[in-house]
Amino acid sequence: MNFFVRGQWGPKTVGLFLALFLFVFLILPVGKVIYVAFQDPNTGALTLINFIDFFNTSLFRESFVNSFYVASMSVVLASAFALPLAYFTTRFNFGGAAIIQTLGIIPLIMPPFVGAVAMLLLFGENGSVNLLLGEWFDINIPFMEGLNGVILVESIHYFPFILINLSAALNNIDRAMEESAQNLGASGMRLFRRIVFPLAMPGYVAGASLVFLKVFDDLGTPLLLNINNMLAPQAYLRITSIGISDPMGYVISVILIAFSLLALWTSFLALRGKDYATVQKGGGGLMKRDLRPVEKVGCYAVIIFILLLVLAPHFGLAILSLGTVWSYAVLPDAFTLDHYSSALSTSTQFITNTLLYAGLAATIDVVLGTAIAYLVWRTKLIGRQWLDYAAMGAVAIPGVVIGIGYLRTFSEFNVPIIDKPLSSWWVIIVIAIAIRRLPYALRACVAALQQVSIMLEEAAENLGANKRRTVSRIVVPLMSGGLVAGFVISFATASVELSATIMLVSQESDSPLAFGIYEFMQSASGRGPGAALGIIAVLIVGFATYVSHRFIKYKETGYAPDMAAAAKTGARG
Amino acid sequence: MFHIIHRRALIAAMAAAAFVPFTASVPVQAMDGKLVIVTSYPPDTTNIVKKAFEAKHPGIKVEMLKKKTTAGIKYLQATSGNNTSDMFWASAPDAFEVLKDDGLLQKYQVKVTGIPEKIGAFPINDPDGYYKGFAASGYGIMWNTRYLKAKKLPVPKTWGDLAKPVYHGHVGMSAPSRSGTTHLTVETLLQGEGWEKGWAKWKQIAGNFKTVTERSFGVPDGVNSGQFGLGVVIDFFGLSSKASGFPVDFLYPPVTTLVPANIAIVKNAPHVKAAGTFIEFLLSPQGQEVLLDPKIRRLPVNPATYAKAPKGFPNPFKDKSIGSAVKFDLQLSKNRYNVVNSLFDVMITYRLKDLRAATKAIQTAEAKLSGKSNSAAQKLIDDARALVTKVPITAAQAGEKGFNGIFKKKRKKATTKVTGRQAEVEQKWDTEIKANYAKAKELAEKAASML
Repeated sequence: MNFFVRGQWGPKTVGLFLALFLFVFLILPVGKVIYVAFQDPNTGALTLINFIDFFNTSLFRESFVNSFYVASMSVVLASAFALPLAYFTTRFNFGGAAIIQTLGIIPLIMPPFVGAVAMLLLFGENGSVNLLLGEWFDINIPFMEGLNGVILVESIHYFPFILINLSAALNNIDRAMEESAQNLGASGMRLFRRIVFPLAMPGYVAGASLVFLKVFDDLGTPLLLNINNMLAPQAYLRITSIGISDPMGYVISVILIAFSLLALWTSFLALRGKDYATVQKGGGGLMKRDLRPVEKVGCYAVIIFILLLVLAPHFGLAILSLGTVWSYAVLPDAFTLDHYSSALSTSTQFITNTLLYAGLAATIDVVLGTAIAYLVWRTKLIGRQWLDYAAMGAVAIPGVVIGIGYLRTFSEFNVPIIDKPLSSWWVIIVIAIAIRRLPYALRACVAALQQVSIMLEEAAENLGANKRRTVSRIVVPLMSGGLVAGFVISFATASVELSATIMLVSQESDSPLAFGIYEFMQSASGRGPGAALGIIAVLIVGFATYVSHRFIKYKETGYAPDMAAAAKTGARG
Repeated sequence: MFHIIHRRALIAAMAAAAFVPFTASVPVQAMDGKLVIVTSYPPDTTNIVKKAFEAKHPGIKVEMLKKKTTAGIKYLQATSGNNTSDMFWASAPDAFEVLKDDGLLQKYQVKVTGIPEKIGAFPINDPDGYYKGFAASGYGIMWNTRYLKAKKLPVPKTWGDLAKPVYHGHVGMSAPSRSGTTHLTVETLLQGEGWEKGWAKWKQIAGNFKTVTERSFGVPDGVNSGQFGLGVVIDFFGLSSKASGFPVDFLYPPVTTLVPANIAIVKNAPHVKAAGTFIEFLLSPQGQEVLLDPKIRRLPVNPATYAKAPKGFPNPFKDKSIGSAVKFDLQLSKNRYNVVNSLFDVMITYRLKDLRAATKAIQTAEAKLSGKSNSAAQKLIDDARALVTKVPITAAQAGEKGFNGIFKKKRKKATTKVTGRQAEVEQKWDTEIKANYAKAKELAEKAASML
């Protein structure tokens, strides 16, 4: 009779729909890929022989160690970038905090391969910095040599994951906690270590685990830096150069997936049994205090240094987009605006496609993310954890694998009306991007939900609001900061997605921006226009990010009355 | 009443009559109004050709779908059940051979005249009529003039020059498994010098590599920006980089081959007629002239077009030294295609660090030895070289059908039995290669310590 309990039907239908969506667009295609890993290439029978081959191959073992090393070091370096930016801007009264935070997010919105191009020009063995160092001090620092380059580019690219999640968490810390601690005599480092950091833990762990996973799976950066001895590039190289049916590519995919899931699970374990919810939302966030002049100088120095470093790819790209010929020199030979006109005259289609795809994908992600987060954390739906695992699992699926899985699964399926295979319809690109970015949105939604105390919902329900009303009037409004963060992350990173789209674009008029840049970058005279296009992309997405950041701020100041109103309507309903 | 109905019927009939030819013409127009080309060429090339073609044939709108050659093959294979592409347009003839073997191309009879049978030693068109050569490409060395000047390096003239110690750490190349054009470069030298000697030369050159790039364009890109000084590239990368203003130059070494870049119509192409028009355009004098554009810089297959080429532009129909030294055997290349790719990756791409260390040790020892006579040290160095250059399998083995089956994943029939697995074979090679490189380094260091 449990079936007929009021309020159970809604979650069930939603749950079923989510399960179906994830099954068709994630589990089925990836399942096809995994299945191949267990197939004997010669007989087609199920076997473990491919895995035995994997572990017997020293190259693959080496790749595994390298991937692990690069991912761990990137988390360390990314934390070093993110912690000061997040802490200073949320803890102290600081001019231009919004600008600093927006600038801090900008690295995410540049395709990693473009960032790597710029970083090579600036920090490579014969890049600007080393040419200058060679001239002045006769030294050459191997910033970009081998794995160093991957770690540097990756941590610059992905540290915003930590920054965004950590800032959101810091902003949501209950001020009362901090005040109590201060009343009890804690201050300075002790306050940070014992109160602030533990309370911000969910955000930090969410961000750090994302960084680890993304770096572990990332393909574009190591490939562009010509690093082959890592797992993801090995999988890609095997699948694309030996063939779609070479089992090793699939075995590596399975190992990447398994390992990433394990890391994800560990982060779940680390957080389990800790209650981070805050009862009160209005007036949340740390107490902000003014800095003494000396401190201010110090903080600004640190922030400017970090921003200079993390924005280096953008400086490099900007110079590249404005320069004529830049070859074995500190700066280009001359400057010109021609690249912009040639990029704009040929590429407006890329830009509109990108806005359309990324916007749609991010909307899908936030809707799905909120639904999944709520089902998992607030209902007793059977198998709800699996929705979470499945959606988060997407983070562990390399883009190429999604691409190949989609091509294999959906090329036979014709979409009615337009009469085209689903795999060559542009909507499949949106779905692929949405699936790939869903984990980011979901983590943001979960973090936001975890900080909304269940007591508020219970209060609403006690006052007579039904489930739907509680969700729409209490939970979602209280989560809105996290939801916008989720949308921004999904949108920004979706607009630079390449690894899955590169497999799925079936005609030029469907190409998104990253694909356009990639194409431009494949010819000698296209480097400038490609860089110009990259800068245009950064500007567009940067603007969107800034606007939504302002939106979060606006929502936050409006929270307290909102809350009261929400509680009131809940009481009446 | 009747009258009205009658009139209405008449109007309907007239309208129908008026519409019949119109509606009938719609599908025909739709068929020819569009052309979808899968190509490996950069937008610089495709945009310029597209513009010229659409200006000549305003009724046809060209869609370029950019894929790396290998990815293009895979794309056509994956979508063959529901094909939406009309043409495949890329450089490497072997890619077309693969598609031909899979039955994914259709024949076409060219109407344009004036194109000779051969360029260099290579037939321009597929003898079976499935794909047509529209331009020729040769392979050579490009270098950054500023880089060479700053590091005081001489300009190389032959492939062998790249193996000299002065170039250690300054050379870049792509891997044959990653780029169809690079595969041809590797195969050309293997055919020109013989299997053992060819591999020995490649490994000596590779010992000087700074990097093995993932994409073939990674090489000109690296040379253009000065990440490394010299690169092994296909001619138009060098020529177009130079035309774009980069301080680079290009030359053909004596052992090179000219290979046609091709175009073909995909089987079941939705717009066959437009595809035929495109081929005719490419081969027409106007289409051939487009290839001379500074952003494209490919060698036309029509000898008459060279009259319009800029000064210093290579002309293989006049300069017989280009591309005639090696008679490229396409069948041989096809037979061992995957084995060569795999060997290159196992011996060079994935063991570059070990190979470089061994090469450096040998070069150091040789430098110390020069001018002295020490037969024991000489012997150690020779042994070290032999270890480095050793290839795990012979040419006969590499061309053997059964052995290639291990590397060819697509079985024609489910009953085809293949023994051995690629990963297993490669692991065996890798163990041997790694040990050889380590031993070679040890021997060379020992030799150096004796001097």
